[in-house]
Amino acid sequence: MLLATVDYAEDWWIQVIKAIIIFAIALQLVPIVLIAERKLLGRMQNRYGPNRVGPFGMLQPLADILKLLTKEQFRPTTSVGVLFALAPVISILTACAAFAIIPFGDTQNIFGTEVGLYGIDVSIGPLYLFACGAIAFYGIMLGGWSSGSKYSFLGSMRGAAQLISYEVSQGLALVGVIVTAQTLSLTQIVHAQTGMWFFIPQFVGFLIFLVAGFAETNRAPFDLTEADAELVGGYNTEYGGGRFASYYFAEYLNVLVVAGVVATIFLGGWLLPFGIHPPGWVDPFVVLAKMAIVTFLFIWARATLPRLRYDQLMSFGWKVLLPLATLNALVTAIVVVATD
Amino acid sequence: MDGAPETPRSGQPPSDASPASAKSAASAVARPASEQPLDTPVPERLGEWRPAEDVIQVVRSPQPGATRGTWRAFRETARGLRTVFGQILRGPTTVQYPEEKVPVFPRFRGRHKLHRFEDIPHNGAQAGLEKCVGCSLCAAACPADCIRVVAAENTPENRVSAGERYAAVYEINLAQCIFCGYCEAACPFDAITMGHDYELSDYDREDLIFTKEMLLAEAIERTPLRNEDE
Repeated sequence: MLLATVDYAEDWWIQVIKAIIIFAIALQLVPIVLIAERKLLGRMQNRYGPNRVGPFGMLQPLADILKLLTKEQFRPTTSVGVLFALAPVISILTACAAFAIIPFGDTQNIFGTEVGLYGIDVSIGPLYLFACGAIAFYGIMLGGWSSGSKYSFLGSMRGAAQLISYEVSQGLALVGVIVTAQTLSLTQIVHAQTGMWFFIPQFVGFLIFLVAGFAETNRAPFDLTEADAELVGGYNTEYGGGRFASYYFAEYLNVLVVAGVVATIFLGGWLLPFGIHPPGWVDPFVVLAKMAIVTFLFIWARATLPRLRYDQLMSFGWKVLLPLATLNALVTAIVVVATD
Repeated sequence: MDGAPETPRSGQPPSDASPASAKSAASAVARPASEQPLDTPVPERLGEWRPAEDVIQVVRSPQPGATRGTWRAFRETARGLRTVFGQILRGPTTVQYPEEKVPVFPRFRGRHKLHRFEDIPHNGAQAGLEKCVGCSLCAAACPADCIRVVAAENTPENRVSAGERYAAVYEINLAQCIFCGYCEAACPFDAITMGHDYELSDYDREDLIFTKEMLLAEAIERTPLRNEDE
């Protein structure tokens, strides 16, 4: 039985080069998001943000990461050694893996070779994404559990509950799009948005996916997993140095992944409005610009909204988002069948 | 068998658990008609005070339903987002301290200064003499006990101050000083005043003990003075 197919596959050496390039781009984007977040948070709070390291403080992430990487690798005596070391790796690995399916452009003819500007175009796009997201929570849960600290444990328990509550709505929010586009491949979904980007007919789905994305990436206002005020950092309380940097890195990479998926699925991927068709090399920049907009939404929400209480989080996920997402999927299905 | 729906009031006399009281509970202002009116003189009402009759009853406005509640939450969230975005346009209010400084008011109490007589002789004194006569009134007035004065006699060969005596040692421990300005107020000769300098950090506590020479020296004005219209 064939479970999934790869829609377009190149020679193995092209795929290796693509993997390296995409990984390099992802690594470059994370510090940019880091500094952008700190700068924007500063502006939203009537202050400058970091402005001492390098021109306009742009080298601040470099200084932060260097500082973290040169710190001692400390492990509490109560921790479970192997899992303690493995957990941040799982986090960062799944974040990178999820990045592979975000299409930065259509198939391009580069030096006479057809190359798709994405890591891989699987026929089960969103499912792959949810699989990666689900495994990513093992990173958080194992990290919190193996630390042998009550704060970490509480944080990871919250993370587990949050995952279950929000992945359902996130998946259901995408059903409307999938039903409309009649495909699961992300490149095909982008092609289906040629007339109109999905965030107009699927606005409710867009909002639900975005909110569930905040929860999925453990960002404010759903950062109960970290909850600095009460859990002194949650699952990463006991982590320091390079391992903490990995968690930090994975968090921002997850933000980028969700931004990329939102840009692809709801904001028309590499398409431009008003029938503008730029040459193929512009496509990645269009996608990056849209990702920047979505990332700005993440930062904006973080600066605005206070952290939800735990029961509020649960009731919001199950009593508001899930019925809305179900209704959205149902209405879309009816409309699609009726107009077919 | 009181199967009738219990009203939220507690301590109600059982004879009152009638349809009439249920009606008054529905109107949420639960006062039985037999209750005395509020304009009864206070002592009388106090005399008849019975516990559990003054239970504060919370009157809630109708809660929005699921749809309206969701919409209200959405609207309020959007309002919050708009407010935060407005703050970006307002720009930062940070003062970049070492580079920019907030100007101080003229009567700001910063580091002390000791003064000499200037070119106008006062009380027969000559210009250039120290104003301080070593009376130790500042040290007496100091609540933090941070001023140390050791006085010595002026001689015709060595005339330091305009008075009979002068301060041979005048030290202010700025690590102890609370900048209250009492020394300035206590001084009968205006010999000590509070300056404008507040940048007084140092690496050693000993370095914060300012001697007479340091206090007499022309102060480097590191802090901008506020203009009159500021």
